[in-house]
Amino acid sequence: MSALSVRNLSVSYGDRRVTHDVSFDVAEGESFALVGESGSGKSTVLRAISGLAREWTGDISALGAPRGHRVDRAFARQCQMVFQDPYGSLHPRKTIDATLAEPFLIHGIGDRDRRIVAALEAVGLDRRYRFRFPHQLSGGQRQRVAIARALVVEPRILLLDEPTSALDVSVQAEVLNLLKRLRREQGLTYVLVTHSLPVVSFLADRLAVMRQGRIVETATVAQLRADELRDPYSRELRRLSQGRATA
Amino acid sequence: MSDALLEVENLRVSFPSPRGERVEVVRGVSFRVGRERLGIVGESGSGKSITGRAILRLIRPPGRVTADRLAFRGRNLLDLSDTAMREVRGAGISMVMQDPKFSLNPVIRVGDQIAEALVTHERRPSREVRRRVIEMLQAVRIDDPERVARLYPHQLSGGMGQRVMIAMMLIARPDLLIADEPTSALDVSVQAQVLDIVDALVRDEGMGLIFISHDLDLVSSYCDRILVMHRGEIVEECAAGRLREARHPYTRGLLAAVPRLDDTREELPVLDRRAMGGT
Repeated sequence: MSALSVRNLSVSYGDRRVTHDVSFDVAEGESFALVGESGSGKSTVLRAISGLAREWTGDISALGAPRGHRVDRAFARQCQMVFQDPYGSLHPRKTIDATLAEPFLIHGIGDRDRRIVAALEAVGLDRRYRFRFPHQLSGGQRQRVAIARALVVEPRILLLDEPTSALDVSVQAEVLNLLKRLRREQGLTYVLVTHSLPVVSFLADRLAVMRQGRIVETATVAQLRADELRDPYSRELRRLSQGRATA
Repeated sequence: MSDALLEVENLRVSFPSPRGERVEVVRGVSFRVGRERLGIVGESGSGKSITGRAILRLIRPPGRVTADRLAFRGRNLLDLSDTAMREVRGAGISMVMQDPKFSLNPVIRVGDQIAEALVTHERRPSREVRRRVIEMLQAVRIDDPERVARLYPHQLSGGMGQRVMIAMMLIARPDLLIADEPTSALDVSVQAQVLDIVDALVRDEGMGLIFISHDLDLVSSYCDRILVMHRGEIVEECAAGRLREARHPYTRGLLAAVPRLDDTREELPVLDRRAMGGT
């Protein structure tokens, strides 16, 4: 059974259909990347899976359980999202502790204290940050909090929407290492949205290239590294990132 | 390097901290720029953008800018009156900022905004202004300049918006362009187009360029010379092609921390912040 299965997913915003028949499966413990340029629909797919985009047709299921169109608490507990911008995704007037406690209130889970401490430890944040506010933290520390916030309900799947693109190079390296370690330690499944092919190469096992709301190609990371992508558009994307990395 | 357009010696910028003492964010930076492409790289808080702004005297009190010398074509910028400085901005030195969404006026049509940049510096007949605007939009490879000139900024895509910004900044034919993360908000394919346009203008017009970015690969593939900034100081200067041979531990640390397209490393090396003095 796959951890996440998406079949013929078409998402609309009002009258505008932004993805067309997107289908993919992610195995348990696998890290799967959706890549493409702005407007390709890659983030929209994540938004539909997480329940932020409500107008969609097709099938989404996690660990065999289909997702409904409404708020789906059981689904959310299995499948949590980490957003791009840690400056925008944490409530500025809530302490880190309050932010991390919120999922417990929503899901009615106990054992709050122990789990918060464990989550902070897992993301490598010292305990003294627990009662601080987001503005007292650096960008990298905030993104660690956002990851901890997703982890406290002990989900099996993490949806990562450009998790490092708002961060500096050296901080990006730390967060990428953290994500890699967490996946290994907790056996998590990742669905990663990014525009950066080097990040895919580091963090993913397989990728799908999206363009104008459609998947144009699905490949393994080995194929990406070996320059064995077949679709002309994917090859072009790769060439553009390559040109910069080797120059 | 030919004769310098801009000479900066011992530039210092400070801001007051909440406790009252002043914090120096640019600490004694010196460099010269000729008709060449100079890259300034560094992470957030390295002082690279503040350096760019200080050159144009865009730092307002309580920020304080001092320098032994800050000269553009031999004139000391720190001595100029505000009126004289306004003439330097745009016509002498101009600046492209990161995100067109925040740097274009949302309620003025694109064509009128570009025209304003020109008319501020010299009065011209309106027909000629119009012609120059259309030419400039063509120069930044906008296919349908007549139509685009009539649009408002929200009707443009990110790449188009940035091209409009560049048109606006270059229409008065400055000698020096400061581009502060001009393509960070854009997709790779659009990024390449925008950079090609700037590059062609630098070559054809003999303009000098200061390219400020956090992206080491981009800067090294695009500039002639690179300055690496860290905590308000220039820690390394090198020819762009030789960035791989950089010696300073901070530069080497940054280079190693970038994931590669063929990355099979289990872990990326991270900077030892304590060794660097903490960031």
